[in-house]
Amino acid sequence: MIRIGVPSKGRLMQDTFDWFGARGVVMRRSGADREYSGVIEGLSGAVPVLLSAGEIPRDLAAGRIHLGVTGSDLVHEELGPGAPEVAELARLGFGQADLILAVPNVWIDVETVDDLDAAAAAFRTSHGHRLRIATKYHRLVRDFLQAQGVADYTLIDSLGATEGTVKNGTAEAIADITSSGETLRANHLRVLTDGLIHSSEAVLWASHTAEWSDADRAAMARLAVMLGVKGLA
Amino acid sequence: MTAKAAIRTEGERLFVHFLAAGAVPVEADILLPAETLLDLYGEDIRARAYVTQDPARGEMMLRPDFTVPVVQAHMAHGADPARYAYLGEVFRKQPRGSGRASEYLQVGYEVFDRTAPEAADAEVFALIADMLADLSLRPVTGDIGILMAAVRGLDTTEARKAALLRHVWRPLRFRGLLDRFAGRAPLPAARMALLERLRATSPALLIAEAGGFIGLRTPDEITARAEALVADAATPPLKATEAALLYDLLTLEAPAAAALTHLRGITPLLPAIAPAVDRFAARLEALAAHGIDVATLAFEASHGRTSLEYYDGFVFSFHGPEGMPPVASGGRYDALTRVLGAGASIPAVGGVIRPELALRLRGLA
Repeated sequence: MIRIGVPSKGRLMQDTFDWFGARGVVMRRSGADREYSGVIEGLSGAVPVLLSAGEIPRDLAAGRIHLGVTGSDLVHEELGPGAPEVAELARLGFGQADLILAVPNVWIDVETVDDLDAAAAAFRTSHGHRLRIATKYHRLVRDFLQAQGVADYTLIDSLGATEGTVKNGTAEAIADITSSGETLRANHLRVLTDGLIHSSEAVLWASHTAEWSDADRAAMARLAVMLGVKGLA
Repeated sequence: MTAKAAIRTEGERLFVHFLAAGAVPVEADILLPAETLLDLYGEDIRARAYVTQDPARGEMMLRPDFTVPVVQAHMAHGADPARYAYLGEVFRKQPRGSGRASEYLQVGYEVFDRTAPEAADAEVFALIADMLADLSLRPVTGDIGILMAAVRGLDTTEARKAALLRHVWRPLRFRGLLDRFAGRAPLPAARMALLERLRATSPALLIAEAGGFIGLRTPDEITARAEALVADAATPPLKATEAALLYDLLTLEAPAAAALTHLRGITPLLPAIAPAVDRFAARLEALAAHGIDVATLAFEASHGRTSLEYYDGFVFSFHGPEGMPPVASGGRYDALTRVLGAGASIPAVGGVIRPELALRLRGLA
C-alpha cells in the first residue's frame, strides 16, 4: 500500500486535496474531522497519511511514507539540497513563499549581502558579539551566507514571530519565510536586494528509502499517469 | 587485530616518534565549549562540528581539532618554549555520500618557540616528512604570510586593507573585494543607487525618513558606515602594477626554490613583502638543512586558504592518491595564540597525521 504524506491542516492540506482531486484522485479525511487518517477514491493501492508538513521530510527520508507533499524549503532545510533519499516528482504550483534575509529599514547603508557582511564586521567590533540573525532555517541560511563568504554573524533560533525579534532586541536581522512583504514592513524590516535565499513551493516527493513492493510499483505507475507526473526512476 | 585497534597502534607508534623529538604529551577535552570555536570560526563551523547542548555548561562541541585546546592549555600554563604531542579522536560532519570518516584519530605535534620560527617550521615539516617517508606522499607547501604582507603593503586605505585581510581565508569573497578595489568589477546597481542617495541627502535625514528605529545598531554606527561608503567610493582603484602583483601572488604555483626566485623578482615592486620573502628564504634554507629538496618541493601561494583554518604563515599538507584526504597537514598560527591568549601571544607551528590513512596506504587497514 503506497502511503502518501499529506499536510494535516490549513491551506496546504486543502490545496493538496484540490490538486489531487483535479486529477481524479479524490482524497478526504475519514471519520471524524479531528482524525488524522484519510481515504482515496478512484484509486486502489494508495492511502493518504495526514502529517505535519514539517515532519514529512523526515518521514520521506526514513521511508515511513512512499510519497509526500511538502514545501521545498522544509525538505532542503531538513535533508539538505540534493538529498539522495528523496526525488522531486512534481512542483505543484501552490504554497509559494520566499525565504529571505531582511534588515531594519533604518539601516540605510545596507542594501546587499555584501553590505551586511561589512556591517557585521563593524558591529562585532563595537558591540563585542557577532551580528545575530533570527531564523528557524539554520541550514539554508548558513549555506547561503557561507557560499558568499559572509563572516561575523550568528544564527539565533526563532520558532515563531521572527519578524518581532529585532524590535525585541534579541536579533539584528532576520531570515524568514514571507509570502507578502506586509509583515516585514509593519515590523520596520526590509529585504536585501540580493537576499532571496530560497523560493519555496509545494512539491510532490517520492521516497527512495521506502519499501516499494511490486504491487506498490504497479499502483505508482497508475497514479503517475493520473497525476501526469514522472514515475519512479 | 581489528582495524580500529591497528589504527590506534599506528597512532601510538607515531606518537612515540613525536615524544622522541622532544615533545611533552598533552591531553585535551573531547567536549569543548562551543563559544570559543564559534567566535573563532563563525557559524561555518556548525556545518563541520557536532554541537550538543548541556543544561549547565551551555552549547558544547565534540572536539573538531586539537589545536585550539592545546593552544589554550599552553597559554594558560605552558613552558616557554614548549613542544607538545597528542593522540586522540576528532569529530567532523562529512558531506553526505562522501564516504569520509566523521570520527578519526589524529596524532599531532605543536611547537611554541619564539627564537627561530623558520627553523621551527622546518622542524615540524621535516619530522612529519621523515615519519611518512615510506608512503611516497606528495607534499604541498604554502605561505599565507606573504599574501598578508602584500595586502598590508598596498597603497590604499586602511579600511580596504582590513576588509581584504578579514577575508584572507575566504578566497571567493577576497577575490570579489580585490576585483572591486582594483576597478575590475563594477559596483553592484544597488550600491550605485545607495551612493547616489547618500550623496544627495544626509544619513541622519535618510534614517529619519526610514522611520521606526529598531535594533541595537545605533544611528552613529549607521552614519559612520554610510560615510565610509561615500569615502570608499572616492578612493582611487589600486595601482595597476600592485593589483597585477596581487593576482599573480594568488595564483603562484611553482617548486619552492623557483617560487623564491620569482618572489625576489617582484619584491622591488612591492617592497612590503620583503620581510615575508626573507622568512620564506630562511625557511627553505632550514628545510634544505633537514635534507628536503626545495628545488622540487611544491609551493602554492594560496595553499591553506579555507574558511575553517587559522594559519597565517607557513602551511603544508601531505597527499596520497586522488580522493583521499591529506594524510598529514599543518602550519603556523601565531595570530591564533594572540586571539586565545588574552593579551599574550607566542609564535606557534604544528601538524597532524591521520594514522588510519597511513595504514591504508600500506595496505594494512
